Amino acid sequence: MLAKALRPALVHVLALTLLTGLVVPLVMTGIAQALFPTAANGSLIEKDGHVVGSRLIGQVFTAPGYFHPRPSATTEPDPKDPSKTIPVPYAADNSGASNYGPTSKALIDRVTGDVAALRAESPAPIPADAVTTSGSGLDPDISPAYAYRQVPRIAKARHLDEAALRALVAAHIRRPLLGFIGEPHVNVLELNLALDEMHKP
Amino acid sequence: MTAGGLAEITLFLVLSVLLAWPFGLWIARVAEGGPTPLDPLLRPIERGIYRLSGIDPSAGMGWQAYTLSLLALNVLHFLLLYLMLRLQYYLPLNPDHLAGMSPRLAFNTAMSFVTNTNWQAYSGETTLSPGSQMWGLTSHMFVSAATGIAAALAFIRALRQNAVAELGNFWADLTRITLYVLLPVAVVGGLLLVALGVPQTLATHADATTLEGAHQTISLGPVAFMEVIKELGTNGGGYFNANSAHPFENPSALTSLIETFLIIFIPFALTFTFGRMVGAPRQGYALLAVSLVFIVASLAAVLSAEAHGNPLLTALGVDPHLGDMEGKEVRFGITLSSLFAVITTATSCGAVNAMLDSFMPLSGMVPMFLIQLGEIVPGGVGSGLYGLLVFALLAVFVAGLMVGRTPEYLGKKIQAREVKLAMLAVLILPLSILGGAALSAVLPQALAALGNAGPHGLSELLYAYTSATGNNGSAFAGLSADTPWFDTTIGIAMLLGRYAFLVPVMAIAGSLAAKVKLPPSAGTFPTDGPLFVGLLVGVIIILGGLQFMPALSLGPLAEHFVMLAGKTF
Repeated sequence: MLAKALRPALVHVLALTLLTGLVVPLVMTGIAQALFPTAANGSLIEKDGHVVGSRLIGQVFTAPGYFHPRPSATTEPDPKDPSKTIPVPYAADNSGASNYGPTSKALIDRVTGDVAALRAESPAPIPADAVTTSGSGLDPDISPAYAYRQVPRIAKARHLDEAALRALVAAHIRRPLLGFIGEPHVNVLELNLALDEMHKP
Repeated sequence: MTAGGLAEITLFLVLSVLLAWPFGLWIARVAEGGPTPLDPLLRPIERGIYRLSGIDPSAGMGWQAYTLSLLALNVLHFLLLYLMLRLQYYLPLNPDHLAGMSPRLAFNTAMSFVTNTNWQAYSGETTLSPGSQMWGLTSHMFVSAATGIAAALAFIRALRQNAVAELGNFWADLTRITLYVLLPVAVVGGLLLVALGVPQTLATHADATTLEGAHQTISLGPVAFMEVIKELGTNGGGYFNANSAHPFENPSALTSLIETFLIIFIPFALTFTFGRMVGAPRQGYALLAVSLVFIVASLAAVLSAEAHGNPLLTALGVDPHLGDMEGKEVRFGITLSSLFAVITTATSCGAVNAMLDSFMPLSGMVPMFLIQLGEIVPGGVGSGLYGLLVFALLAVFVAGLMVGRTPEYLGKKIQAREVKLAMLAVLILPLSILGGAALSAVLPQALAALGNAGPHGLSELLYAYTSATGNNGSAFAGLSADTPWFDTTIGIAMLLGRYAFLVPVMAIAGSLAAKVKLPPSAGTFPTDGPLFVGLLVGVIIILGGLQFMPALSLGPLAEHFVMLAGKTF
């Protein structure tokens, strides 16, 4: 009975691997590249002829004159000892999360430090996304509340009117689809690109 | 929860059932070998595969031949993937010259994909080439899904026919499901996802210079096609380490809803397939209703635990308005993350769009409990249906004991042999889950791999063996699982969870198929009404769930109470 099953088993393994693992994915890649070239290649954003990032992938902003993203838990191998890792936020070639449990001391210590830093900047309430890391470590978005919270710092750094900045944020809020699918959010890279358009750094 | 969230979830469940209905009837037609509009395109491929195999697709198989064919295919496919992963360095489409996997990681990964588990002890973007992801993993996602559905079809035929020992032809089932059920949805769904932002390219990365002048390497690849079958086949293995939380796998709220739908699509559809094939649609509705009871209750539990945020962070001055956001993406928020977590564990998918390790203790417990119930509400593609049918047999047996009648299901007498085999299958779960977690909890080298201390550490261990045995593949991912101990024992847990369950189930199918189908009488317990739905829910909780309560009390439940007391680890 087993010997009788061997030939069809071998044929099916090879034929289905060839079909679903090679032919169809390659044809799909061709169609995707022809029909949706931007999306199929990672939704990259170019400015002055060079790639500044992807619309979908978060990146680090630390200057006071830019909107900052959420904290990120991504890591890279330590250049001194490849068996260890070091924190490198928004490492878009190594996605990952903190995986801290809710009673993790490391989580509480990290959030305590971040809360203190945000408090020093402004007395406004601290939205949860401002002090938590995302599932991918590459979250391109922040909540509208966190964006608005950063407006006074940016206004000061760029000598801009706060009202104009608030209007800029408001124009970049993506509302839930049909009013209820998803959460309102602001894409940090797009917002910062618009900020640079409004006022050259 | 908010009115918007409620609307989102209601819309999701209603649309899922409405779309699964016709698809379930489509699967029944494919299973019966009936003509389809896709025949001009796919029939020549189908015939070619049969001819090369030297088989007659209309020749029926008994349960032993059916099961042996299934196992022979899976063993060969496992070996092929093992070799591909070990030899990755020498294979094409590996532009970054990534090395092959270590023997133990290749064993774990090959076992993971052949069993439809998709547990990932490796990180996709740094370990595997586009080639390995395509012909290695993606092809396994199709075949392991088709294997599960084929076994479910065999089980349905056993219940349908009158004293005929044959369960159908495994090769025809496998080929037809792959070609007519999985491939068309994967192609259409893949292009839809690309249109919505998911990449599909052979390039491995793009380089960017950020506005602040820093360099960023952005991993890319043929993501979209793998993404669809990952969900459609309830496989769950992501192209990227972060799975469906990664913006390239899941760019928006809309793609998240689509992906969550793809996960539940076939498991829901198979309840309609079942009703159609046994000629009694209401029998299928009853199974669907049981699944919906568990899904709705789980959603309520997860959402209520997640919505108020982590009290320990609120105490530090964090606004709890957005909920528990550690490990979650802003575009999904609490509602879409909770929905994904429940659907991925109510089935055997295991894809995640938020990190379960960082869920609140009680909302992390619900996904774990859903897997421990046996992945049957509605469970993985195929495996969920035959698992649920085994529990249905046990439910009529329990009902029979209560009223002192010989139990019957769909006119088939349930006797000692079926009940013994069903209990054998059902007992594999606690043996592998509790046994694996208990051994790990006392081994120093296992404890060194924990990402969190205290009760949460036990939850990580418990979740790992739960996920592996249930062939789910999701994780409390703080656990560093690529160690000799975990690679080996989790690999064995996946093996037991799949085949030590499947073989007794196929034996039950063989035994049922040969029985005479009795016409319903006044004494027949109806298995298509609310009473049966309630009974089956109860039997699943008591037989499937209760045995895990002591372990859950020491893990997530204990953590919940120490969290309320403000203790950290």
